[in-house]
Amino acid sequence: MGQGQLFVAGVLRHGVMPELSALLATMNAAPGQADPVNPLVPFGRIASLHVARFIVLEDPSLPDRLIAPTLPVHEPTRLAFIADFDGTPDGLIADLVAIAAPGLRRIFGHCADFRDDTDLLRWLHAHRIRSAATYVNWRGRSAAQVREEAALHDVLRTARLAHPRASPEQLMPILRAAGAAVTLNPVAAPPVAWRIGETAHFLLLPVAAIALAPLLLPSLPFLAILLRWRETRDPVIAPTPSRERNRTLSALEDHDITNQYSAIGSLKPGLFRRWLTIAILWVIDWGARHIFGKGRLARVNTIHFASWTFLDEGRRVLFASNYDGSREAYNDDFINKVAFGLNLSFSNGLGYPRTRWLILDGARHEQDFKRYLFHHQIPTQVWYKAMPGLSTYDMARNTRIRRGFENPPSGAALRRWIAEI
Amino acid sequence: MSAAAAESGDIQAIVDRGFGSLRAARYLLLRVINPAAARAWLRGLTVTSLANARSHRVSRVDQIAFTAAGLRTLGFAPDSVPGFAPEFLDGMAGDERRSHRLGDAGENAPQYWDWGAGEKEPHVLLILLSTEEAIEALETQIVSALPAAGCTLLALNRSNTRVGHEPFGFADGVSQPALDWEGTLHPGGVRDRIYRNRLAMGEVLLGYPNEYGFVADHTAKGIGRNGSYLVYRQLEQDVRGFWQWLAQAAGPDGAGVLAERMVGRTMDGAPLDGLPETPVEGTQDRDNSFTFAADPDGIACPIGAHVRRANPRSSDDPQGRRGFFRDLLSSAGLKGTAIHDAVAAARFHRIVRRGRSYGPAMSPGEAMAAGEDAPLEPSGIHFICLNANLARQFEFVQGAWISSHNFAGLSGESDPLLGHRKPVNGGMATDAFSHVDRQGCPRLIGGLPRFVTVKGGAYFFLPGLKGLAAILAD
Ligand code: HEM
Repeated sequence: MGQGQLFVAGVLRHGVMPELSALLATMNAAPGQADPVNPLVPFGRIASLHVARFIVLEDPSLPDRLIAPTLPVHEPTRLAFIADFDGTPDGLIADLVAIAAPGLRRIFGHCADFRDDTDLLRWLHAHRIRSAATYVNWRGRSAAQVREEAALHDVLRTARLAHPRASPEQLMPILRAAGAAVTLNPVAAPPVAWRIGETAHFLLLPVAAIALAPLLLPSLPFLAILLRWRETRDPVIAPTPSRERNRTLSALEDHDITNQYSAIGSLKPGLFRRWLTIAILWVIDWGARHIFGKGRLARVNTIHFASWTFLDEGRRVLFASNYDGSREAYNDDFINKVAFGLNLSFSNGLGYPRTRWLILDGARHEQDFKRYLFHHQIPTQVWYKAMPGLSTYDMARNTRIRRGFENPPSGAALRRWIAEI
Repeated sequence: MSAAAAESGDIQAIVDRGFGSLRAARYLLLRVINPAAARAWLRGLTVTSLANARSHRVSRVDQIAFTAAGLRTLGFAPDSVPGFAPEFLDGMAGDERRSHRLGDAGENAPQYWDWGAGEKEPHVLLILLSTEEAIEALETQIVSALPAAGCTLLALNRSNTRVGHEPFGFADGVSQPALDWEGTLHPGGVRDRIYRNRLAMGEVLLGYPNEYGFVADHTAKGIGRNGSYLVYRQLEQDVRGFWQWLAQAAGPDGAGVLAERMVGRTMDGAPLDGLPETPVEGTQDRDNSFTFAADPDGIACPIGAHVRRANPRSSDDPQGRRGFFRDLLSSAGLKGTAIHDAVAAARFHRIVRRGRSYGPAMSPGEAMAAGEDAPLEPSGIHFICLNANLARQFEFVQGAWISSHNFAGLSGESDPLLGHRKPVNGGMATDAFSHVDRQGCPRLIGGLPRFVTVKGGAYFFLPGLKGLAAILAD
């Protein structure tokens, strides 16, 4: 049935940050890295979870609004919980309340509208924010499947390491014997109703395109002029990174092969940019759902989960992702492989490096772009990943290994299969 | 803007060449005690410019570089002059997260280094290159001048005379990017869907357009222009351990073959068999006229081989250049597979290597025969490289490629020569090496010992000559 995403956020009371930070830090085993058995929210006990985070949405880029006087000077600071998991958001909320009600009460108790007698379940539901776009590296691959296939890989690799000189044909029976010990539950085929729903959703884009064409096509030249007019005038805000803040952020990074990433910023003022962003994020969500669900988001292969979420009636967007490798490599991968996509999805942000025709230049201004990203990146106080050590490549490879294990190959295919273990 | 070639009088010569014919090298790592005296003495040294080296055959080369700590001590406040790279200001050993990324963990951790961290962080690097006959006198002359010059000698690193070979016995310095001195390169666009060896000047020299086509920030007031960041790491090699492990893993006869697969080149520097000769823009050399495009699964050259990690020779798109529409589809991620598109475009991650080896020469046979406790003089590489963007070039190559246990989607292994072999992320092994043997059989070897140990390291700024004068001005 596939993965779901949950985004819950509440506005914090004034002055609670020191206390809340200290509380959130008690959940960690290493800086920013959740302890799976921490007493507040023992993530490890929720088997359906892939990744989750608690994050305080303190926006260091709000002062940029000096150049956009129509935007309010202040926005509320929220505490957000974001999770990707198997099943539905309702199901996850129920699990959370069942397993971690006291801890969640203590955490969300720092929110302005959370009182001692607040009904937690109702509060969580009421504070859900639907993300405008979400991305899942591999649609439908459950946490259980990832774990089982990783366990299979582990025993096969151990067996392979123990027989360094064996030929593939000699190895095969050894590997089959070793792998037999691992439980592999069959991967459930998606239900028919689900597939019909997906197909219907898939058709939305072409249908909407055809329906809106008579309206959009004639206005295209005007929109294009409007776009170019804005693009040549919108100021760029990409200050030199503070080394101190960089240390704060990097202290939370590279503890696992996967890192969390959170960035917040304002949209450029005006309806044009607002509607452009809504349209673009809708298309990204559609693409992620129907086209890029098998290991790659365009050419970027290292993202496990990502989401784009509007805040404050659409004045701000939070981008949250879970990616493999170091931050510098992530930024580079983005710039070099999908600069056009970044420009599409972020160039409506206030201060974004100058684009041409929405997709050109922009992120290609490497230095400005990296500084812009840095300017908007915020620390994630608590981050949990259910499968430590596994990259997106590992997970995809483990699935291939499992396929070969269940349908033993021979000849050249056997060699290729063994080479992957 | 003028091409770099026109400014050769302002550029330290080592940016362009390694001076292999000057077979002796001394790397003096200094700490400054008396800034005024040190500045005056350093001003008196004749730094070899590229223009000098181009106009006549030089018999002595002097080059000077500074760490951020050195600049601070000399009274030139780099932190308040905008434009210095943050990695340079932080220093190589300054931050545990950086050390972790660079693989400086376990026995490679800065706390064990002979030089580079804390009180042993150098301030000034003085590079002397000369002939074997002349070097001793030069060394004595400089060293005896130090007390009066307000400097102490932290380390005096000597390089032996085997320029062109590293201690394991492999040809070294075979591949280098060809720098665009004339400024004729226009990076970006469809042509870069094919790998090239020519490199934008701004990838090495500050003040010139880089591979993105932009001039990156560099220090104002003319100090940054024509400068470069110099990375120095002293890497000790366990030559005996290397060859004895190989002999045990592959038999004395197979040791050489396995070693060549770990390096990714033959001992005399040729590409491995099975990599077709391919024209590469920016080199005429047969030994560099190849890429790995025709070997996506690492049959001819293992994916994790040292040279393939250090430079995967990847273009902007592994699908290459195939016409507008197919390129478009490929850019949208609708062609090819994730695993064959795991490595970033190499042109953003090149470095210019200028290191030299040290220690006695030992053949593989001698190394295999050497007794457990036969006293051996240490050997290794004074690894030196130049780049304009420490984060995107050296740190990326070292961190995301060489010491990564996830390079190109591999897992459980790190660089077969350089890895620290420690488990990571709470238990993941990194001490394996996988390759396909010459019979086409996939092989996986576990338990590689550590062959290379980091003994020191620092980031330096190698200024242009005008920049140097500004730094040393009273
Ligand atoms: C003791 C340590 C090392 C040894 C024994 C070693 C050995 C070698 C050898 C034998 C080659 C092939 C010949 C050549 O192209 O020059 C090579 C190439 C190379 N190495 Fe290393 N290396 C060491 C450390 C490093 C480090 C620390 C880096 C970078 C961070 C590095 C980066 C490179 C690069 C970029 C190439 C050229 C790859 C190409 O363009 O094809 N090496 N090395």
